Amino acid sequence: MTVPRIRFTFWKAIFLFIMAAGVYCTFLRFFRGLGASTNLSDQFPWGLWIGFDVMCGVMLAAGGFTLTAAVEIFNIKRFHSIVRPTILTAFLGYLLVCAALMYDLGLPWNIWHPLVMRNPHSVMFEVAWCVMLYTTVLALEFSPIVLEHFQLKRALKVIRSVMVVFVILGVLLSTLHQSSLGTLYLIMPNKLHPFWWSPLLPVFFFLSAIAVGLAMTIFESSMSSKYFGRELELPILRDLGRVLVVVLALYGILRFEDLYHRGVLKLVLVSGYEQRFFLLEMLLSLVAPLGLLLIPKVRESAQGLYLAAVLTLLGFVTNRLNVTITGVETAVGGRYAPRWTEVVITAMFVALGFAIFGLAAKYLPIFPEEKVHIPALHEPEARFAEVAVPVHAGD
Amino acid sequence: MSKGILYDATLCIGCKQCEQGCATENGLPYDDRIADQQITSAHKYTAILIKDDKFMRKLCMNCDDPACASVCPVGALKKTALGPVTYDKSRCMGCRYCMAACPFGVPKYEWEKAVPGVRKCVMCSKRVAQGKQTACAEICPTGATQFGERDQLLEEARKRIHDNPGKYLPHIFGETEVGGTSVLLLSSVPFNLFGFRTDLTERALPMYTYQVLSRIPDFVPLFGTMLGGIYWITHRREDVAEAEAKEKEQKGGVR
Repeated sequence: MTVPRIRFTFWKAIFLFIMAAGVYCTFLRFFRGLGASTNLSDQFPWGLWIGFDVMCGVMLAAGGFTLTAAVEIFNIKRFHSIVRPTILTAFLGYLLVCAALMYDLGLPWNIWHPLVMRNPHSVMFEVAWCVMLYTTVLALEFSPIVLEHFQLKRALKVIRSVMVVFVILGVLLSTLHQSSLGTLYLIMPNKLHPFWWSPLLPVFFFLSAIAVGLAMTIFESSMSSKYFGRELELPILRDLGRVLVVVLALYGILRFEDLYHRGVLKLVLVSGYEQRFFLLEMLLSLVAPLGLLLIPKVRESAQGLYLAAVLTLLGFVTNRLNVTITGVETAVGGRYAPRWTEVVITAMFVALGFAIFGLAAKYLPIFPEEKVHIPALHEPEARFAEVAVPVHAGD
Repeated sequence: MSKGILYDATLCIGCKQCEQGCATENGLPYDDRIADQQITSAHKYTAILIKDDKFMRKLCMNCDDPACASVCPVGALKKTALGPVTYDKSRCMGCRYCMAACPFGVPKYEWEKAVPGVRKCVMCSKRVAQGKQTACAEICPTGATQFGERDQLLEEARKRIHDNPGKYLPHIFGETEVGGTSVLLLSSVPFNLFGFRTDLTERALPMYTYQVLSRIPDFVPLFGTMLGGIYWITHRREDVAEAEAKEKEQKGGVR
């Protein structure tokens, strides 16, 4: 019994340390400016905060739209019990992306400008609107969880009657901006290395967002079962693993065909700076997870699925960092590595994500199914059953 | 008609008066130390680059279809009808997409400031609007930097290359690069000697994104209908199953 307690305190200490460092770095960023708090320069106007906090943040939150589309639109009921945690992750993810953007923007108090100053030719303009609208949609998709907690049945009824509209809107908006994060780089054909610049960038970003959405759901379910003592929904994760294989295979074939048709394939064999990062990305995002998931024994086991999911996540984080940083280094004639302050701020947002997820899981009905199935064992929470049962009547 | 600048490196003597004139016009500091910097920055919009006895000028190319203005989500950067690509800090939110997108690495940032902005040569947009020439062209003692109608400058450049075949490289930098630029450069030595990219596409860069972006309005109703349709079909099955189950139950009750 003492072991988990010590562990909890240890993580708490780490969390508090990161937060304290984060507060100091926040001070540096807003009072000393970007120059004093980052390694950004005229050569590297975008660094870790865009490459990880924004690009990877949005990508890692893709489970929200992937799972809502599967469950609500395609009506795949067996995934129902894992929709809520993915919506929570997505909502949290987007809030953190918006917060991180406030650090990166030079004039963050002007963040509302795209609302009234329009340039429809700008991909960034489209992304800004999509992210803004989708965060609102996520708040609405998340709202039943809060309303249930406070037993506001009338409001619940109202929001559920229009939910399908928000679900469709959410999937539409996600499709648009997940792909548009790739479109952002289409305008740099002479800057981004040919390993990564491709007219298919929007398609790659969209497909990989789905893969990451699935991997993130597996990751999150595994973590929840480990730290919140939840029963692991292994049959569901196995299904997700299979879908992940298909999406990764599609993505891999498309990447290969694209490299082949653009005549870049031969560069893969030529030793070089970009080549090493490209091979690392391929290994982590395609070769390793696909290799693992194609072995039935691995695909069926909880640990195997978890490992494949983590590798997929690392692989596509590498991909986003390659597109934003590695791929432009040669063209601008320099190397970029983040300053410690940048790393601290990024770590702060990651830590906040984990902490808020933990709190929400503790206090809100994020995992309502179990409460429905065994109300007798959870006497104080049994009240949720009344609310949850009619909604999930199909299950 | 659109204005332009023609810089002829063979006429340049490296006196850097253009740098001085630019600094004065834009209220930037200028001294010997800054004169020695062969790079542009947030405090130096134009620079004379020196390689042995050859010169080249670096300044914003003021593209005909500029990537920076195309990517700016708030329209802080704009291509004016007269030629200059201008910047309005009051609109800017500091996303720096312009810097990432510029094929020439022109826009610079005031990294050290708490309220930073983008800085670059705007082809003396105020002077040009008043019918005057740019500060750099006005001050140039040799006519290496010349201001005028872009079409006429292009003709002039072609004529110089044609009349002096050995003297010039048969390439007007800016004529076709990224769809053409308001600034045109002539040189006797390869441009890549001064760090200029000679492999740039001749397509206007905004077209790369526009061909995707322009399809979004058509995509939205199609994809939305598709999603709604899938929802309708998949949930219809459910209704049918439910009705059938009820029917069975009723029949069972009767029996």
